[in-house]
Amino acid sequence: MSVDAPDKLNAQIAGLDALEIQVKAKRNIPAAIWGRLWPMLLAVSIVLAIWEAVVLAGFWPEYVFAGPVTALGELGNRLGEGEFWHAVATTMRRAVSGFLLAILVGVAIGAAVSRIKLLRAAFGSLITGLQTMPSIAWFPLAILLFGLTENAITFVVVLGAAPSIANGLITGVDYTPPILLRAGHVLGLRRISLYRHLILPASLPSFLAGLKQGWAFAWRSLMAGEILVIIANQPSLGEQLHYARELADSARLLATMIIILLIGIVVDVLFGAADNALRRRWGLDQRIG
Amino acid sequence: MTAPTQELGHGRTEGPAPAVRLDAVSKVYGRGATSLLALDQVSLSAAQGEFVCLLGASGCGKSTMLNLVAGLDRPTTGTIETGGRQIAMMFQEPALFPWLTVTGNIELALRKLDRKRRRERAAELLDVVHLGGFAKKRPHELSGGMRQRVSLARALAQEADVLLMDEPFGALDAMTRDLLHDELERIWRERNLAILFVTHNVREAVRLGDRVVLLSSRPGKVIEDYPVDLERPRRTESAEVAGLAGEITVRLKEEVSRHAGKSRPETEAGNVG
Repeated sequence: MSVDAPDKLNAQIAGLDALEIQVKAKRNIPAAIWGRLWPMLLAVSIVLAIWEAVVLAGFWPEYVFAGPVTALGELGNRLGEGEFWHAVATTMRRAVSGFLLAILVGVAIGAAVSRIKLLRAAFGSLITGLQTMPSIAWFPLAILLFGLTENAITFVVVLGAAPSIANGLITGVDYTPPILLRAGHVLGLRRISLYRHLILPASLPSFLAGLKQGWAFAWRSLMAGEILVIIANQPSLGEQLHYARELADSARLLATMIIILLIGIVVDVLFGAADNALRRRWGLDQRIG
Repeated sequence: MTAPTQELGHGRTEGPAPAVRLDAVSKVYGRGATSLLALDQVSLSAAQGEFVCLLGASGCGKSTMLNLVAGLDRPTTGTIETGGRQIAMMFQEPALFPWLTVTGNIELALRKLDRKRRRERAAELLDVVHLGGFAKKRPHELSGGMRQRVSLARALAQEADVLLMDEPFGALDAMTRDLLHDELERIWRERNLAILFVTHNVREAVRLGDRVVLLSSRPGKVIEDYPVDLERPRRTESAEVAGLAGEITVRLKEEVSRHAGKSRPETEAGNVG
């Protein structure tokens, strides 16, 4: 029987480790950005071309359906107007405060429902059901309850976003991998330490997905709300849409819509970046190459 | 066949009370007509510093037994004594927390120490498993064998006297497994651990164990307790290991063929011959 000396064993282990560690290829960042950018630019130009073609086809007069050149020109003008920035600021303030409130409510509900069996049985399916409720259907009630005030808007934004956030948390807690729960038990994690060290971190990806979906619902509810609930001397993006239609100012209407779309895309990209960072840290990304 | 309640292992390990002692332990899953008897009157003990391999085909309740000793589950009848010893466990999966670094995973087992001691202790343990250079990596950046060593370091961090291992090297390639056998043997000796090591690999059991305990399947029962009187260090590919492994394999195959023709699991608790 041959006996390996300890340092020979060490060398074998170190050699095997060195071979098995993946070598990361350096990425060319400008090339990577360009690689993602050009398909988007292509898509935008196709949309603009179709838009222009429809305008040129002449189904509608220019004041009803403005072309991209007019609309984008109007958009450029508006970027220089104080009222426009005031409107964006009001809308974003409502969006952020409504969303934060929705997070508080969603986390409170999610935590309670995931911990307490009776609440789960009673409210679990109701929370999922609430997600399917179109938020605009809440507005008549909200206006009755709160009048034409910002509270009515906030109420509907929270109702729209909170169920998704609560559901994200509940799903995350439910799907904590059983093998990690067993390992945690052996490591002596119980009750509070179990939540702190295991269940909450394990539920993070699902919670983040809930936040992202919650934001999408909040943003939609907010736009519906701003068109329906118009408050004097408080310009907002929804309100501007409303008045652009009343004044048959097609270019202004389309320019505002583009802004709303852009804000939605930017926030979505932020959530996507957070999600990607998390996946990379945890090794959940399955990208090849 | 050996009587099910016979005490095993006492002939070989004289002296102090065993580190782990299972006394007529049975485990039934479910109730009534659909219940399944996983373990039937298993009695087994391991002394401090003894390496016991539990060997059996599928359905022999090996993992169930470890879960019971670890306190992840309760026996239906019978008692398990560990004399208040600290028990650590390793699984076939590394079961590392992906949101923590390698160090973070080990420090989780060292929560009772202050920050500085925790850091030092984790670094020491990483050196023990030859991963000193990988403290800041995350589990997914390591190979399977390396993750399993982190898992071993985490188990050692618990300062346990008893280490339960549930097919810890089952998913590794042969060369990595071979190296980890040497590692484990060294650590076991240095720390005088009592190890219960579950495997379905006969040679691995003979390579590592002071004793190889053979279990029957459905329900799990101790049917044979082989002392392994081969000199250490042993090599998996040596003739001595192969010889005893061959003998045990014959017995294991006999046990497996007893189940020929039973295409479905037994559903009643009492009907085992």
